Amino acid sequence: MSEISGITLVEGRAAGDVFALAEPLSFWGGFDALTGNVIDHRHPDKGQCLARRVVVVEAARGSSSGSSVLAEAIRLGTAPAAFVLSSRDAILAVGAEVARELYGRDCPVVMVEEATLAMLKRAERIDVVADGPTCRILHNEQR
Amino acid sequence: MTVELSEADRDMLAGKAGGAAQFAMRILLRFSEAMGATKLIDVSSAHIDGCLYHGQVSLDFVERCVSLGGRVKVPTTLNVGSMDLIHPELFRGEAALATAGTRLMKAHEELGCLSTFTCAPYQTMFRPRLGDQICWAESNAIVFANSVIGARTNRYGDFLDLAGALTGRAPYYGLHIHENRRARVVFEIVERPRGWDDTERMAIAIGAIIGAESGNDIAAIAGLSPDTTEDDLKGLGAVSASTGGVAMFHAVGLTPEAPTLDAALQGQKPDRVVRVTAADLIAALGRLSTVPDGSPLAAVSLGTPHFSPAEFAKLMPLITAAPPRIPVYINTSRSTLDAIKAKGWDDVLARLGVTLVIDTCTYVTSVMKEQTGTVMTNSGKWAWYAPGNLGIEVAFGSLGECVASAAAGRVVRS
Repeated sequence: MSEISGITLVEGRAAGDVFALAEPLSFWGGFDALTGNVIDHRHPDKGQCLARRVVVVEAARGSSSGSSVLAEAIRLGTAPAAFVLSSRDAILAVGAEVARELYGRDCPVVMVEEATLAMLKRAERIDVVADGPTCRILHNEQR
Repeated sequence: MTVELSEADRDMLAGKAGGAAQFAMRILLRFSEAMGATKLIDVSSAHIDGCLYHGQVSLDFVERCVSLGGRVKVPTTLNVGSMDLIHPELFRGEAALATAGTRLMKAHEELGCLSTFTCAPYQTMFRPRLGDQICWAESNAIVFANSVIGARTNRYGDFLDLAGALTGRAPYYGLHIHENRRARVVFEIVERPRGWDDTERMAIAIGAIIGAESGNDIAAIAGLSPDTTEDDLKGLGAVSASTGGVAMFHAVGLTPEAPTLDAALQGQKPDRVVRVTAADLIAALGRLSTVPDGSPLAAVSLGTPHFSPAEFAKLMPLITAAPPRIPVYINTSRSTLDAIKAKGWDDVLARLGVTLVIDTCTYVTSVMKEQTGTVMTNSGKWAWYAPGNLGIEVAFGSLGECVASAAAGRVVRS
């Protein structure tokens, strides 16, 4: 595994297989918290399951009700294990932080440079260790 | 990055102002760090979108605040819930959802929130003023407050809105800061489609366009008629925040931070200028309908965002002259209901077969009997969301077209 560092938006530790979303997703209306599946008909990854995956994507999009949907999925165990983003995304950060407060469950959200994100999209597995303002992101060799 | 905290902020964080303020401050602080805000500021009001039920987490969050003894620190209005608490018999969804949705609305009242249950709090007595710093959620309310009133809020959402209300604070970044409210892209309406003598269709069409095309840049719209009403701008903002993520726009000569185009641009040059033709406007409205003109209609839904007293005043002569032959639903607030009751309009509408939906909205909950077929609306926002949320077909039209179509039972154009 190689290691890079990033900025922590929401603390926590998680590991999982990578899911690189083809484009940003609105969690409200686009993600089913009961199954963990992408349900947005206009999204290229429609039908794919994000549960327990480390989702690598630039940001979320759409309604801020996406925070509730993510927090509900974390409660149900259908959420991604972690998010690696290239922007300060409020929707995901708030949803993950609230679930951490309410349920004590980790879904770390971290941020890296755009070029690093492109590289991480090609990784197979990622470990996120986000215990402070900066985090460690361990990833295996590129596919 | 560290966030500069006041003494009162630190007291809240340490639990000296109670458990709920501590819980809320912790969430607010983590969010502020994530957003890169340098400090927190006082807000004069909050508007909460968290009373619409999205699952157990919605209740868990607010019940945590209730159990910790939380009280909001600033006047706090509530957005629509999942239920019409005035007419609970209208609800057609599952009983468990009714119970949870009702509890969620009541729990917010226990925190001291005002039982407004409207997505148009800016058309109640709790309307903010020019320059006010506020912590508001609900996309249409945010864009209206920023654009039409000149109050200042970011796009706050679930959880953050209540955290702001319980602390009276918000992170200082984004649209709280004057310089960030500058228009960067100009949409210049260069011609009006033939026959568009109302201001309503123009507002919805340009709103749909700026939502789809302005991205994260604030738009200045040049060329809207000086007769454009506040309700037109309400519809414009709502559709722009649906087809895109618009948090603020300027309408030159109409909105307070845009007396001139130069003022909207804060004296700088725009990054882009987009010329909007009649064909662009017609196409944008066309995309809000999924069926052709003449299609049979199951129902008409008005009032997304909630219908105002002025909109009822515009509707009454139209609908009494052309009574509907299909069901008509109008979403509105308790305060507007009181205003129209005083004029006796609620009785007139009831006799015409119109259903008034209070506290909620036909696109977020099961109220309409008609669950298949085509529904017509004068709301660009409703037209954008309803096909996905409700699985129905939709036709967009002006208020006049909606009333004429309700009388004909099919989509009629003026």
